[in-house]
Amino acid sequence: MKYIKAFRDANLAKMIADKIAAEVNDNQPYRLMEFCGGHTHAIHRYGIPDLLPKNIDLIHGPGCPVCVLPIARIDQAIALAELPNVILCSYGDMLRVPGTQQKSLLKAKAKGADVRMVYSINDALAIAQKNLSKEIIFFAIGFETTTPPTAVALLKAKELCLNNFSVFCNHVLTPVAMECLLQDENAEASVQLDGFIGPAHVSIIIGSDAYKKVAERYQKPVVISGFEPLDLLQSILMLVQLINEKSYGVENQYTRAVKPQGNIKSQALMAETLELRSTFEWRGLGFMPNSALQIKSAYRDFDAEYRFPLQMSQGQEHKACECGAILRGVKKPQACKLFAKACTPENPLGACMVSSEGACAAYYAYGRIK
Amino acid sequence: MCLAMPARIISLLENETAIINLGGVEKQISLALLDTEISIGDYVVVHVGYALTRLDEVQAQQTLALFAQMQSAKEETK
Amino acid sequence: MSGIKRRGALVDVKRGCVELSHGSGGRAMMQLIDQVFLSAFDNELLAQKNDQACFNTEQGRMVMTTDSYVISPLFFPGGDIGCLAVHGTINDIAMSGAKPLYLSASFILEEGFSLMDLQKIVQSMAAAARDANVKIITGDTKVVERGKGDGVFITTTGIGVLAQPINISADRAKPGDKVIISGYLGDHGVAVMSKRENLSFFAPVESDTAALHELVATMIAAVPDIHCMRDPTRGGLASVLNEIAEQSQVGFMIEENTLPIREVVAGACELLGLDPLYVANEGKLVAICKSADAEILLAVMQKHPLGKHAALIGEVVADANCFVQMQTSFGGKRMVDWLAGEQLPRIC
Ligand code: SF4
Repeated sequence: MKYIKAFRDANLAKMIADKIAAEVNDNQPYRLMEFCGGHTHAIHRYGIPDLLPKNIDLIHGPGCPVCVLPIARIDQAIALAELPNVILCSYGDMLRVPGTQQKSLLKAKAKGADVRMVYSINDALAIAQKNLSKEIIFFAIGFETTTPPTAVALLKAKELCLNNFSVFCNHVLTPVAMECLLQDENAEASVQLDGFIGPAHVSIIIGSDAYKKVAERYQKPVVISGFEPLDLLQSILMLVQLINEKSYGVENQYTRAVKPQGNIKSQALMAETLELRSTFEWRGLGFMPNSALQIKSAYRDFDAEYRFPLQMSQGQEHKACECGAILRGVKKPQACKLFAKACTPENPLGACMVSSEGACAAYYAYGRIK
Repeated sequence: MCLAMPARIISLLENETAIINLGGVEKQISLALLDTEISIGDYVVVHVGYALTRLDEVQAQQTLALFAQMQSAKEETK
Repeated sequence: MSGIKRRGALVDVKRGCVELSHGSGGRAMMQLIDQVFLSAFDNELLAQKNDQACFNTEQGRMVMTTDSYVISPLFFPGGDIGCLAVHGTINDIAMSGAKPLYLSASFILEEGFSLMDLQKIVQSMAAAARDANVKIITGDTKVVERGKGDGVFITTTGIGVLAQPINISADRAKPGDKVIISGYLGDHGVAVMSKRENLSFFAPVESDTAALHELVATMIAAVPDIHCMRDPTRGGLASVLNEIAEQSQVGFMIEENTLPIREVVAGACELLGLDPLYVANEGKLVAICKSADAEILLAVMQKHPLGKHAALIGEVVADANCFVQMQTSFGGKRMVDWLAGEQLPRIC
């Protein structure tokens, strides 16, 4: 597996870790937020915190698309799945996420709803072509990485006049959330950050330039980082150096995949089919203007939100769940009373415990030994 | 977020699709998102059945070379 | 086909499919049983066509197990539900150290299921039993309406005999004991997944489905005091180690570097976001024994064709929390927890 194993070399890791230790100033905190759940997962899987000096604090951000989806949207997806004659397709990650009263798509399926796990939105298109008498709804979630495939599917559905196919669109935007976290910074009980480990695969699509505005406005360093452990360590080293120099701006560690301008064709495909939503709720962050995408009116025939009556849901969280604070980086999972007691991966009470990228699940799987 | 893996293109098919190989696993993926020309032997980053970009092998080698350089610099100071 | 007399006209196996009448106890059922089942499983006890089989027992303790098999797809690279139903039950017996003797087989067939496929499955069961030197001596067939079953469900019950006074049990792991796996992990799970409709990828790997009792016999001959033995089927190695940890009230420390995993299995797992430690096996066993016995046990295993790639993967440690941990090849430690729900391919 070329270009994977080379970036997981333990000896090189130790060497970069030593270099980080040599560069940090002992009396200064380095509060780095890894925005992406993919980074959270890798940090725990490879035990990166063990390799770092104590004053580097890695704070988990809201970058797990499963975790930030508000409970109301999950309730709506479940309601869509329960409509007669509907096949609801989604990525495996979504099926176990608990909605109000711990209901999930998997539980709806057990009760008779036709819910199918797909690996790609193309598989949902194929299901639609095979089941013309059924309504196929694709429950689309994800950041900019997962959005272009949805755009391609919308174009294809239109071209094929596949009128039994529609998309329940929940795509959200990364730089907006980053900005929101920083805006918050002065507020009480908010998170103090010295730099960002920037998204890897999101940045392939939107480009490293997309973070320039935020980095400059809030004078923070952002280093776009790959998902392998050596990528992460190198990015942390770069951030430490930038913080020491008091410089800010965007740097790119993941040069083998991320270009400054991103993937122009994908951006065009998204612009053709999708547009900004005036506002959208993020779990933990609340409503944020222009933070999500909706399907353009030219593609309304394929928009599940127009084709089906959506049930209004208040979306009730478990009262003691701290997902909100955890997603904002204010609290760590152990601070939640329910963590590893009532709330476990077998019986998740909040979104952060469901996806293996969620901060609670990552802590649960890898962190309890300490 | 966004599980994606570098995989090698082993054949190009019709309708902007291709077969990739990752450690011996072969899968058909879509090239519809790519804005660059792709040929057999190239590496692409694959996510949910789509290639997101061509992997820049020169850049990858440079990153690895940088690690190697850091290491030899360290060994000299020992 | 000694001793079997046919009754009435032939069933059209080539073009036919399972009908409700095949389960209703009438002539159609008899014909199906004669033609598809009896001829394949062919043995004296079955040929008596009683509702039960009567046999003498050997000296020793009897061991009994039962298991139901449901799998999609029914046919997969390296095997099918038929041989799986034989191997799986033989292995459950063999994990006690016992010699498997007899099986029963019970089929739930869905109306409309192709008789050709049924015959293929039954013949594969027969071949698996023959190779393992185990007889299928009694059985049953029921037919459910279309839509109420998934083609075929098979339940097999097995009986074996344990002649030696040994005690292999999941509560006998002790700190300091060594953990040995009999070969490559995850082959079965990846081979089956590669053929699932919603995943469809190509992986040059076959299910490892196999009967392990002969391997076990050679292991016990060399090291009679094996403490624990389990086959890591559903839930994979991680689940078996967690079960043993709990039952023995110990922990485990395994070494990632030593785990035998084929590159293609690792590749499929990367692609789908799965962990090979949780992927199913159908022809592997985990053995736990005293540290002093480990080298001998490993050596005899590696001499057997089903244990060629056996490896020592870690050891039992004292741990009140019963945690299974892994020393990663990256140099850190991580938890290898119970599987939470079904392992689903993920995108993030
Ligand atoms: S441990 Fe569970 S309940 Fe607590 S914050 Fe995490 S997900 Fe929510």
